Amino acid sequence: MTSTQPAVELSGLTKTFGAVTAVDGLSLRVEPGEVVAFLGPNGAGKTTTIDMLLGLARADAGSVRILGGDPADAVARGRVAAVLQTGGLLKDLTVGETVRLTANLYRHSRPAEEVLDRAGITGIADRVVGKCSGGQQQRLRFALALLPDPDLMVLDEPTTGMDVEGRREFWQALRRDARSGRTVIFATHYLDEADAYADRIVLVRQGRIVADGTTAEIKNLAAGRLVRATLPGADQAALAALPGVDAVEVRGDSVLVRTADSDLVARHLLTRTAARDVEITSRNLEDAFLALTTDHAGA
Amino acid sequence: MTTSLSVPTTDRVAPDRRPPALGGFSPAVLGIELRRVLRNRRTLAFTLIMPAVFFLIFGLPQRGQQLPNGRAVTAYIMVSLAVYAAMVATTSIGAAVATERALGWSRQLRLTPLRPAAYVAIKAVTAMVLGLIAVCVEFAVGAATGVRLPADVWLSTGLGAWLGSLVFAAFGLFVGYLFPAENVMQFIGPILAVLAMFGGLFVPLDVLPDVLRDVARFTPVYGVGEIARAPLTGDGVSVAALANLVVWTVLFALGATRLFRRDTARV
Repeated sequence: MTSTQPAVELSGLTKTFGAVTAVDGLSLRVEPGEVVAFLGPNGAGKTTTIDMLLGLARADAGSVRILGGDPADAVARGRVAAVLQTGGLLKDLTVGETVRLTANLYRHSRPAEEVLDRAGITGIADRVVGKCSGGQQQRLRFALALLPDPDLMVLDEPTTGMDVEGRREFWQALRRDARSGRTVIFATHYLDEADAYADRIVLVRQGRIVADGTTAEIKNLAAGRLVRATLPGADQAALAALPGVDAVEVRGDSVLVRTADSDLVARHLLTRTAARDVEITSRNLEDAFLALTTDHAGA
Repeated sequence: MTTSLSVPTTDRVAPDRRPPALGGFSPAVLGIELRRVLRNRRTLAFTLIMPAVFFLIFGLPQRGQQLPNGRAVTAYIMVSLAVYAAMVATTSIGAAVATERALGWSRQLRLTPLRPAAYVAIKAVTAMVLGLIAVCVEFAVGAATGVRLPADVWLSTGLGAWLGSLVFAAFGLFVGYLFPAENVMQFIGPILAVLAMFGGLFVPLDVLPDVLRDVARFTPVYGVGEIARAPLTGDGVSVAALANLVVWTVLFALGATRLFRRDTARV
């Protein structure tokens, strides 16, 4: 790739459905070659954002640029391809026919046999789509997306509804295909998928980006431990002054301390204060995810 | 022995990134579409088998009867049912748009370079091919069971039935863009039967009460029926029949175009 244009550039993207703001001034820049996970709970606006990104929905405000052009142009030139969440297949065509039909819509496409193989569905090429499992249909959608050899591949919750084995096989197929140059953006609400397959995680909540960084950076948000104790009238300032403490929160008689050094906090609490019921828990990516994506407003 | 460590890679040959010619309309795509249609037992039963059976049940008993110009009544029934077969065929292909919209296939296609106009063109051509097959099957059944006509009458009635069914290709597309339902033909089938009745395809309009006969002249099947049978009866094509065909074709085509634009603008 000689182009220095971003693969994707979203700025101030906004979409409302009636009184609901699905996407709220979302801006994002993705460089060529990045593998980005769009991570958030259901209803966070991931699918709406992807629809606008692909030109399937029109933004109320803001703009979308894909590989320097508009989405329709990128689609017409086969530079972007997508695996959508549901539907979109003719039940009475076979898997092979669906691929060949779609291949013929491009001026240039990869051979049908090749994409069937890469998606791991060569064995069911003669099966009618209506008789394929959800996972097989999803791999067929993936095969279709491989046809134009796109510069940008967008996947909207590609493993929804698959069992564990199906998910594993799907990601294996995607990983087999992964090579330098292709930009991949996938939406998911599975943390482990984002963790395992993305270089960069964009956390979204209520149509906004609440965190954006490398997988390691996002994991750091969740570093440290949480010390909880029952301590009426806790001295918040004294606790916050301890080395390694990130935050202190008092909830009624309980005190919660987020820290990198839980031993030190525990020792302090047990030796210098009247604290009891001391609990130490480690925080993980799940906690960070919940903390960042759970709606506390109005609570 | 093997010392080379080079791993064969799928080298990135810069693909041809121009949009496809004709918006994606191609013989290959048309071929897959046709194969799919011809594999659908339901479509075949309603477009090819049912009209042929109608002829055997309602046409053959009229053997020996003659039209005022001396031609066989069975030929009149055969041409009428060929029109019916063609209209069911073309409608069902147009209406398949409804199924494909309901299934989300149209949305999937919007992720490909296929232009919406090329999609409609593929549907229209497929409809006309199936319409032609429907006319040929009906004529073959007629010929096999004793209908004899001069070559030019076979040709002109066949062309009339076939080309006239274009009005129903437009009607099918109109319906297809109106209702995004998977089973739209279940609703359209009975409507087509009623229209065929008013178009004089099942019984001659002369047997209908005067009021109904007057109404019938303004229904969409009347024109194509009259035009297709004109070479057979020798009555000539009336202005009313021609106007009927043209007006309905234009109306359905405009309706389909309008809905189609609304559908593609709904990004």
